[in-house]
Amino acid sequence: MTIKLKVENVSKLFNDKRGEGLSLLKQGRAKDEIFRDIGVTVGIDNVSFEVNEGEIFVIMGLSGSGKSTLVRTLNGLIKPTMGKIMIGGDDVASCDAKRLREIRRREITMVFQHFALFPHKTVAENVAFGLRVRGLGKDERRQAAIEALARVGLQDHADSMPDQLSGGMQQRVGLARGLATDPEILLMDEPFGALDPLIRREMQDELIVLQKELKKTIIFITHDLNEALLLGDRIAIMKDGAFVQVGTAQDIVSHPADDYVRAFVADVDRSRVFTASDIAKDADHIPVHTKAIRALAVMDKAGVDLAHVVDAKEMLVGAVTRETLEAAKPDTPVADLMDTDVPSVSGESYINEMYTAAQSGAPIAVTDEDGKFVGSIEPASIFGHLASDESAGDDEDGTADDALPPQPAAPEPLGSDVRDAKQERPNQ
Amino acid sequence: MSPSDLLILPFEDWINAFVRGFLVPNFRPLFRALQVPVNEVLQGFDAFFAWVPMLAVTAAFALLAWRVVGRGMAIVTIVGFCFIDMIELWPETMTTLAMIITSVLFCTVIGVPIGILVARSDRAWKLTRPILDIMQTVPSFVYLVPIVMLFGVGMAPGIIATIIFALPPIIRMTNLGIRNVRGDLIEAAEAFGATPTQTLLEVQVPLAMRTIMAGLNQTLMLAMSMVVIAALIGAGGLGLVVNTGLGRLNVGQATAGGVGIVILAIVLDRITQGFAEPGKGQKTGLIAALKSFVSGQTVEPASQTYSDKTA
Repeated sequence: MTIKLKVENVSKLFNDKRGEGLSLLKQGRAKDEIFRDIGVTVGIDNVSFEVNEGEIFVIMGLSGSGKSTLVRTLNGLIKPTMGKIMIGGDDVASCDAKRLREIRRREITMVFQHFALFPHKTVAENVAFGLRVRGLGKDERRQAAIEALARVGLQDHADSMPDQLSGGMQQRVGLARGLATDPEILLMDEPFGALDPLIRREMQDELIVLQKELKKTIIFITHDLNEALLLGDRIAIMKDGAFVQVGTAQDIVSHPADDYVRAFVADVDRSRVFTASDIAKDADHIPVHTKAIRALAVMDKAGVDLAHVVDAKEMLVGAVTRETLEAAKPDTPVADLMDTDVPSVSGESYINEMYTAAQSGAPIAVTDEDGKFVGSIEPASIFGHLASDESAGDDEDGTADDALPPQPAAPEPLGSDVRDAKQERPNQ
Repeated sequence: MSPSDLLILPFEDWINAFVRGFLVPNFRPLFRALQVPVNEVLQGFDAFFAWVPMLAVTAAFALLAWRVVGRGMAIVTIVGFCFIDMIELWPETMTTLAMIITSVLFCTVIGVPIGILVARSDRAWKLTRPILDIMQTVPSFVYLVPIVMLFGVGMAPGIIATIIFALPPIIRMTNLGIRNVRGDLIEAAEAFGATPTQTLLEVQVPLAMRTIMAGLNQTLMLAMSMVVIAALIGAGGLGLVVNTGLGRLNVGQATAGGVGIVILAIVLDRITQGFAEPGKGQKTGLIAALKSFVSGQTVEPASQTYSDKTA
């Protein structure tokens, strides 16, 4: 995976004319102490991170945490006091104005919290602004603008003025403006913060759908943890100008780095964070042509009363219970005994989409996107994962198993591929 | 007992020595040269308005007033201009108009760039502000003395006095307009790779246009009042009519000149205010659409000409 943006030891101090604050900061003095002593504000305190191609990297923090300052250093709107910001081969923090403009014109654009649409230009002219400053001809600009507007479903409003559109539509125009120059990196500074909740939700879903298609590298700023968890492939929690924790949504919810993060995640709706593949366990499965006696042996070894049946391609085809197997003749193939109506969910489903499947009380089969069997979930274990108690998340096996018959087959959570699963968020 | 018993400052002599002994002998050619462009432009406008028939000028102003302000103002314009013509002051009015347009033109050419400059630099603004304050506090009569010393008498010195007198509002309002452009819009322009010049022409100036127009209106009004006073140093037009009337104690003549000035002032004020007022002339409703259909492309509402001006 290519690294698109690399931020190394970036700090930003405000009001630090003589560089005193920087040297104090390097000595490890606390930020409030520096402010009290010499009046220097530390906006960003030694932040480093990398963003991969096609990733949504969310920087989440409350107001005053320095997230807006940080995102503005990424395209050079604010020059960091120290550190490097590498985009391609260029260091945004130190390159000259001409090179910086070139980078802004081609590689990195921005979507603003309050839309920042030019009120004296039409929607199409707004969208084409980046191309205009690049010096493109009128027809080319118009065409690119219409294409970008079509992506956000506003091609019919090309000749409206921005103030004739609703807030959600205006931000779509802002997004189209960001996309029109076809940049590699898109900075989004609390883009949905000024929208009302319903529209915000809609825009979030739309961004996810759009991102599937575009695969841009997005740095997304928000103060809303739920939004961060929903959109972010990786999330950085920012406090007082520094990163407290960087990780996937699941990492952050199940392993908060400190009390600050813990306090944040306490209210999170976990059923929207964890997916089936996060909580599924490896389970023994039985090939469809196995004889009943062999199948029983497998189940005895695993100590379970129900096993899922797969075909030659490992596709889920059904499930058999101990009862049926014991009642049947020993050499009957499992294919004749299995129940084909098995509750199953895709690995990408969130817990809150699994409640129906869990109703029957039988273990839920988890399949990958091709329908291959990847594991199973005991309905009772779902509740363990909804508890916000950290130990429940930490020790995923223990809590879940307490309520169940012993399951010796060392079950390992399939959490390793959460990233891939996360990108495919189904519409609810 | 007063301070003058102790010490008398020969202030008058100092100024005389400075102006007569230093400025005039050393810089006379420079001040003469400064008059040249003013004179050229003034004579151009003067000749133009003398050449265009009265009815054509009236029709043009009425149309402008109709499009920018409304029907009522168009009627006022027509009636007013006809009245001026019927009291036989049309040529003088046109001279005054040429003088005002010349002054305002120079004020714009000088004032808008200065306004932009001081808007972009706090230091420049700190330096300029007291100068503007002084320019606005000095009574208009006081300007005339040094002007006569340096430039002599006549039309061009009168215009130069007018330019200096009417310059501050347009500088102030341009500065204000540019500074009041929302910060995130400028940030957005920069974030998309606009150069400072592109940001200025594409975003700042168009968005400051209404405020600049309000400044232009103020400048115009000041120019109007100064152009009359400038008649004292040999500038012609309606001011001269008033002056002559005053000198001869001819109440009728002075009043006629005054009425001419008032009519011209009302028309010019309302039209430029129309440009500066938000919402006026930029409605895209049915009536506006019909109006533009009827009148063709004569006058575009201010807001829609932004992009053309800056393109």
